[in-house]
Amino acid sequence: MTQAKPRTLPLSKRGMSFETFMWAFTRLTALGMYFFLLVGVVGALVMGALNQMSFIEVLRWALITNPGHVQYTNVPDIAPWASTFWRLVASGMFLTASSHGMHGVIVVLDDYFATVSQRQWIRILNLLGYIIVAPIGLYIIWTA
Amino acid sequence: MGLKRDVSLMTALRYKGQGPFLTYILHRIGGMGMAIFITIHILATFVEGRGWKIGDVIGDIYISPVFQIFVIFCVLFHAINGMRITILDLFPGLILHHRRAIMIEWIIFIVLYSFAVVTIITTAIGRL
Repeated sequence: MTQAKPRTLPLSKRGMSFETFMWAFTRLTALGMYFFLLVGVVGALVMGALNQMSFIEVLRWALITNPGHVQYTNVPDIAPWASTFWRLVASGMFLTASSHGMHGVIVVLDDYFATVSQRQWIRILNLLGYIIVAPIGLYIIWTA
Repeated sequence: MGLKRDVSLMTALRYKGQGPFLTYILHRIGGMGMAIFITIHILATFVEGRGWKIGDVIGDIYISPVFQIFVIFCVLFHAINGMRITILDLFPGLILHHRRAIMIEWIIFIVLYSFAVVTIITTAIGRL
């Protein structure tokens, strides 16, 4: 079966609407998260994770580089894992992931709620949730 | 305008979207699973720090192998499938090879997920 060549249009001809911006935002934040994940894995290996942590524990640490995530591993000293650098990486990952996630939840819910008012409520509730949860997450990262 | 679908539930369940549809729906399940888990995890950690004694209940849930296997599925599938979507979207010329990309994605996912599941199960057996 022969497939048609996909039609692509450069961004300059397509124009930049809010929807296009959020489309690009979702892809770019995904790339940002892969970057933070890589930094977390490499950092864990440099700090001795190979002999002190399991695959799952390294993954948990790399997802959010919070010292609480290595608390119950065989790591002898948590101090290097609780540095300002790792808290900054954790904050970057958390803010990238939470904004990506908030938009993702709206995209999914939009498929099940079709009226204008329902979609407005979805946006208001998601934004409200983000405003509450994001500062709490940052508080946990910086006080753990 | 209300939501209107012109197919019955049974027709919808029989929809044969095949591989691409399966990844689409699993991506959504993974994303929603993570969004719910992370929100609850943050709020639970916060209230625990405020003196609410919910640590035992939360610990029992986190330590459950079934729960861990589900969360790891959400994380790994969403991350690997998301990488495929990002690559194909940023390089639209590759769309021609999307079915091959899905095959590669499944191979990577199965290898990593099997490794993770084996680790979870052996850790759980070790705790017995």
